[in-house]
Amino acid sequence: MLFAKAAPGENLIVRGARVLDPAGKVDGVLDVRVDGGTIAELGSRLDPNNHRVVEAEGLTLAPAFVDPHVHLRTPGREDEETIASGTQAAAAGGYCAILAMPNTDPVVDSAAVLGSLAETAEAEAEVPVGFLAAISKGLEGGELTEMAELADAGAAGFSDDGRPVATPGLMRRALQYGAVANRPLALHCEEPTLSRSGQMHEGAVSAELGFAGYPSVAESLMVERDLSLAAYEGRPVHLLHLSARESVEAVRTARAAGVQATAEVTPHHLCLTDEAVRTLDSNLKMNPPLRSVDDRGALVEGIRDGTIAAIATDHAPHARHEKDVPFEAAPFGVTGLETAFAALYTHLVEPGLVKLELLLERMSAGPAAIFGLPAPRIAVGEPANLVLLDTKGGWRVQEDGFRSRSSNSWLLGQRLTGKVRMTVAAGRTVFEA
Amino acid sequence: MGDIRVMRDDLKPPPPTERRHLLSVADLSRDDIERLLATARNFSRTLEREMKKLPTLRGRLVVNVFFESSTRTSSSFELAAKRLSADTMSIKSSGSAVDKGESLKDTALTLGAYDPDVIVMRHPQIGASHFVAKVTAAHVVNAGDGKHQHPTQALLDLYTLHEEFGRIEGLHVAIVGDVLHSRVARSLIQALDLVGARTTLVGPPTLLPRGVEAMGCETSTDIASIGAADVVYVLRMQRERMLEGANYVPSLREYTERWGVTPERLRAGQKVMHPGPMNRGVEIDPRVADAADALIETQVRAGLVTRMAVLYDLLTSGPVGVKAAQLTEVA
Repeated sequence: MLFAKAAPGENLIVRGARVLDPAGKVDGVLDVRVDGGTIAELGSRLDPNNHRVVEAEGLTLAPAFVDPHVHLRTPGREDEETIASGTQAAAAGGYCAILAMPNTDPVVDSAAVLGSLAETAEAEAEVPVGFLAAISKGLEGGELTEMAELADAGAAGFSDDGRPVATPGLMRRALQYGAVANRPLALHCEEPTLSRSGQMHEGAVSAELGFAGYPSVAESLMVERDLSLAAYEGRPVHLLHLSARESVEAVRTARAAGVQATAEVTPHHLCLTDEAVRTLDSNLKMNPPLRSVDDRGALVEGIRDGTIAAIATDHAPHARHEKDVPFEAAPFGVTGLETAFAALYTHLVEPGLVKLELLLERMSAGPAAIFGLPAPRIAVGEPANLVLLDTKGGWRVQEDGFRSRSSNSWLLGQRLTGKVRMTVAAGRTVFEA
Repeated sequence: MGDIRVMRDDLKPPPPTERRHLLSVADLSRDDIERLLATARNFSRTLEREMKKLPTLRGRLVVNVFFESSTRTSSSFELAAKRLSADTMSIKSSGSAVDKGESLKDTALTLGAYDPDVIVMRHPQIGASHFVAKVTAAHVVNAGDGKHQHPTQALLDLYTLHEEFGRIEGLHVAIVGDVLHSRVARSLIQALDLVGARTTLVGPPTLLPRGVEAMGCETSTDIASIGAADVVYVLRMQRERMLEGANYVPSLREYTERWGVTPERLRAGQKVMHPGPMNRGVEIDPRVADAADALIETQVRAGLVTRMAVLYDLLTSGPVGVKAAQLTEVA
């Protein structure tokens, strides 16, 4: 269930864009008319008829993006992000729906906390936002949350993100009992006794820099455990932010064997490797860490062949003073909502690693399907969830350019190609540049 | 489809920092190392005189900031600065505002407000001196940042090797012990590689970092492989860095049994080095530490002249070796 400010749908014509909806097999220069927030007509030279007209020649109009993995830091760290600022950032990134993780303070582990978030979202969310609830009370890995009641209160799914469900026993119970709630279980796969105090990927770069290593097997071992349990229980699992080749291979094998497993990957894992950490920039510190060139290759291949159906930003805002410290002292996590498309266009589409159509699908219909959300479509009768993209537009990522309350981006100072020019979410223009 | 191995230019690591700072051996060229060692040799001659003080850095301020305990590094930096007539100021973490929770950034900005010419810093976190170099205008010398780098230790070790053998290129050095937690080892491996020496790391498999061979060295878990080396460089068993229950080695007793450097495991005339402080009877047999073939005291003396050379090099420009030689004449 998604929550947002109630607002009337708009009347709008987007004129002359390349309309590209890969899932709906639409690709052509067309005008799109939106009546009261619903797509009413696709055609050429549509009559303005008192609609606001957006001239979009040379631009690309696509189904807006869906981000299944965002940290809104609310409640508890509203200095880092609020529902208002986080959804404004999402709007600027081309998103029409985002899902927020429950590792807040307090944790979203009761219907009361969830209810108050839903209420806030209905007052201030620019784009529809869903909330995942915790799998275990307090994310402590001890007792299950009241999953059925949380589902009734609107939980979009369940996750202990930030931590693994450390014991296989509790993980199994979550899979079994989760059938009652019937919402996706989104799993952070990390074997803590292997990751320990690891600061970055274990390999040649960590050996040279001296950082405690966080080996890829710390992830893939937990991926394999969770896939085994999912197979045994015959229940679906969604695996968060994959980073390692072995994890991708395990998911591919499990899916081929009929396990209902889905997976996501972040823009930074698709674009960077552990070599980047040589800069010692604390904005390159995240969990899971940036891995080797082979791991990056496997993640890109996973996106291409569908093993990984979703790109998720894992947008993790942090206060400036908390990141403005030596790498080892910095918290894990980077922002991503406002840069995801441009980063991926620049680092995957332009060099020819991934086609634009595929990128659009993995940022929109792919993640929507995993969480049972309606896929954004450009078709008559569908709600208008649109993103207008300038694939030639270059820009520089700057600290003062973010709508997010935090600016801990791994892209600060970089020049990117690909700009979001307009976002329409649930029938309403939520961003225009 | 494109090649996944191609990383776009703007995502590649930045080029080595300009030579305003000494943060990592990775920032040095072979020429830099040779120039620094030549300067250090010139300074060692001045120290043989009755009047040991040079006026070279008169009026300059060198601030030593040590967030970790240190005897030889902090004292030799302080003495190096004094021998060059610089003003010095020493700050330790205990008893400073750090105890009150001040951030490294604010400590650096506070010190920077005194306009120091050089900040010498030791800190338990990797990249701390890189961080300070970014927020202050001073030249920064890394005197140890976590498990990452200790570049002046590597320079003094090269100096010691050169004093003993008259060359470094072609020498074979076996580094024995806890490489995983050792900034000394990381700097030294890079420095030896840069000047064309051969390095073999020897120790328990749990204390040899995975992937370390990419730095230009070989690895072995068999203590017998020190036999082929010209020099055995013994690392301290860093008990204070061993996390509870980490199980790197089952016991110090077994470590000593298997990898301790004893007279029986050394060839006659084989040289032995240790960065100190030593755990006698753990990684090094006391008979080895006290033998004539141990270069440990030479290392300490080398520390002084090498650090003089580093301070001099950062605060002057031009063909340093030549200028230093001239200066020694007028002093």
